[in-house]
Amino acid sequence: MNNILNQIGIENYIFLCVILFCIGVFGVLYRRNAIIVFMSIEIMLNAVNLLFVAFSTYHQDAQGQIFVFFSMAVAAAEVAVGLAILVSIFRNSGTIDVANLKNLKG
Amino acid sequence: MSIVLILFCVLSAVTLATAFLTIFSKNPIHSAIYLVICFFSIAGHYLLMNSQFLAIVHVIVYSGAIMILFLFTIMLMNLNKENEVHKPRITRLGAIVSFCLICFVLILIFINSNPIVGEYITTGEDFQSIKVLGKVLLNEYMVPFEYASILLLVAMIGTVLLSKKEKLEK
Repeated sequence: MNNILNQIGIENYIFLCVILFCIGVFGVLYRRNAIIVFMSIEIMLNAVNLLFVAFSTYHQDAQGQIFVFFSMAVAAAEVAVGLAILVSIFRNSGTIDVANLKNLKG
Repeated sequence: MSIVLILFCVLSAVTLATAFLTIFSKNPIHSAIYLVICFFSIAGHYLLMNSQFLAIVHVIVYSGAIMILFLFTIMLMNLNKENEVHKPRITRLGAIVSFCLICFVLILIFINSNPIVGEYITTGEDFQSIKVLGKVLLNEYMVPFEYASILLLVAMIGTVLLSKKEKLEK
């Protein structure tokens, strides 16, 4: 089994992950719906994971993939807690529009 | 062009297009569906790099668990109508400009730094099957592995506490 990056090249993966990460940033800035903001954060996390796996293949080393496992565990915990917070915000104020959540403004 | 490169291009196009559609579609349920397609294409990328176990875990965790959580939350909040007010035009313009700028700067940094990409080595030994990953995970990364389980436990308790109905004060 020869290295798959012989035919693709690590640069292409870097470009793909950079663009995917920027799409995530764009989603956080562009939308007001808090759930879509969460989805954009997931996209950003996935871009980084993909780059980890690409470099793990580049160095022929398993450590990058171990790191991806840990970041997946953190992402799962983050989504569970975040969505619970969103549900309780929705119960209290009836909306999840991030522009309306400014009670701390004083 | 080799067949692997064509596969990579198709998968990347699907990934980027569905990521954009996730952000631009009005209905949150459509966004969730597009996000599932995006995650599946990323799992395809993992398969392309021959990391089968990671691809399967990715499909189970992201497309299975996280997306079900998203869909249930959307249904719980009854958000599947398109009544979202847009941000003011200046903010949206700023978002688009900053998106282009971040992309431009990151890619230019990478190109201008002229990284030395060496030969793509092939050690020939297996490094991404379940057997090897399990050995590395339970030998070198034993302590972080246990901490991950504690993190998941704490997250579970926190979620249950947060979503419990508060008792009415008398």
